[in-house]
Amino acid sequence: MGHTLIEKIIGKKVGHEVKPGDIVTVDVDWCMIDDIMAPFAVQKFHEMGFSKVYNPDKIVLIYDHFLPATQVDDSRHFRVADEFAEKYGIKSVHRTDGICHQLMTEAGYVKPGDIAFGTDSHTVTYGCVGAFSTGIGYTEMAGILGTGQLWIKVPETIKVEIDGTLSGNVTSKDIILRIIGDLTASGATYQAIEFTGSTVDSMSVASRMTMSNMSVEAGAKCGLFAPDEKTCDYCRIPYDDEMKALRGDDNATYSKVLQYRAEDFVPVCACPSLVDNIKPVSELKGTKVNQVFLGSCTNGRLEDLRTAATILKGKHVADYVKLIVTPASRKIYREALADGTLGILSDAGAIITTPGCGLCCGRGGGILSDDEVVVATNNRNFLGRMGTSKVKIYLASPATAAATAIAGEITEA
Amino acid sequence: MGKVFRFNKDVDTDQIIASQYLLFPTIDEMKEHTFESLNSDFASQVKPGDFVVADENFGCGSSREQAPSVLKALGVKAVIAKSFARIFYRNSINIGMPVIVSKELYDVVSDGDEMELDLQAGLITVGDKQYACTKLPEKMQQILDQGGLIASLNQ
Repeated sequence: MGHTLIEKIIGKKVGHEVKPGDIVTVDVDWCMIDDIMAPFAVQKFHEMGFSKVYNPDKIVLIYDHFLPATQVDDSRHFRVADEFAEKYGIKSVHRTDGICHQLMTEAGYVKPGDIAFGTDSHTVTYGCVGAFSTGIGYTEMAGILGTGQLWIKVPETIKVEIDGTLSGNVTSKDIILRIIGDLTASGATYQAIEFTGSTVDSMSVASRMTMSNMSVEAGAKCGLFAPDEKTCDYCRIPYDDEMKALRGDDNATYSKVLQYRAEDFVPVCACPSLVDNIKPVSELKGTKVNQVFLGSCTNGRLEDLRTAATILKGKHVADYVKLIVTPASRKIYREALADGTLGILSDAGAIITTPGCGLCCGRGGGILSDDEVVVATNNRNFLGRMGTSKVKIYLASPATAAATAIAGEITEA
Repeated sequence: MGKVFRFNKDVDTDQIIASQYLLFPTIDEMKEHTFESLNSDFASQVKPGDFVVADENFGCGSSREQAPSVLKALGVKAVIAKSFARIFYRNSINIGMPVIVSKELYDVVSDGDEMELDLQAGLITVGDKQYACTKLPEKMQQILDQGGLIASLNQ
């Protein structure tokens, strides 16, 4: 009997075969704590009476939601986290480097086959390199900090096969939005998703990251890609036999298999205010927008900024539209600066901000008011996410976002 | 007996407690804003022993543990939904708040109905009708019985 990718990752970790429904306790390779949840996790850690962390080298603290601080109490979070790091010998603290989910792979922590937990629901992002990672609450995180372990239920797996070649204006964002629409916001709850097929094989790791990132919007516990040579290059490890074995077996048991032809995908938006309310961009044409947001752990990477720059080059955003660009990390910011991408975006009228979560979590610059419309490349369009509960948020790809910024209304690239 | 507060499907944790309130120093200060965007009277009307009843996928979205925490702080006895998002589900158990799956209840109760829940028996009573609800996996029931993860780890 074959195994799915998640069964292999967990099985290897616990040292025996596992099947969906098994409850096992795993040793945790990486803990990620963000600035929002750090003080809460620290408080619970102390309430649990621990006197040391299980391994300071496996704990990563990342400040991103509150950066730079916009409210009076924000800096307290940095201070509490700094004190915790100092007291328990935690060296991996990123104070201004970018979004946690970008950094956990970009800065060299999480590798294929690893198990990671984070205090943020988009921790699923590291599935892009074939790691099992998912979000947990701060009490549970405090438990791991002390014990190094967590109990988990081995999930069933939904296999998503995509074959063929995408058209020029379709990106991995359009794919994952369509899949969420098909599965619904709860269609993958408690389950793993495994993405396979020739379309996926030819994608960059950055594009895969977008899909892993949003798998939680269908309720998934993780969204996995088998590691390949591109993955191993990105993670700076050899593509050896161990890596090659990290894939779902042909005879594995899947709870469901979804098959798509790449040629059938079109640019889409998730319309207000549900992630699974998916419509083709062509049907939304004419919808006026006040703002466009290009950034986040979903779509704030170099290829996303370049896609937008290609469309915006020599053009200008519409008069009343604010285009806000927030690179996902300092590394991306520097690369986009060096290759002229940021210059093109700035010439086109973009507001370029420091790396971080920015507008995605509704705290950074760009908060909107009643009845305003924003097209955004991030992952959630929930009520009140980017301002008042009467703001209309459309989620889209970087290409759609750029074309929309120029036209001042929702437009296909 | 407790009163039913009924919510639709896909209620995300931003609706349970919006992000601008997450930085309030205590759960007691946050709890006044529970469900603010969906039912601004909720926090003032809910009484200890009342129930939140919902359709599918309750608690989706952000991993914020403050979501089950404010419900518990307001005295909500249990959340009973057709299904739960996984992080909310785990968080609830870890802070010691019962989360119960019932595929029927949402469709048969209205806002303001009186109901009773017998956790041990896995039984919900509304008027003269009774409904079976799913019991928790043993591992989770154990954590819940001990009063949450902190109490459980301290044992």
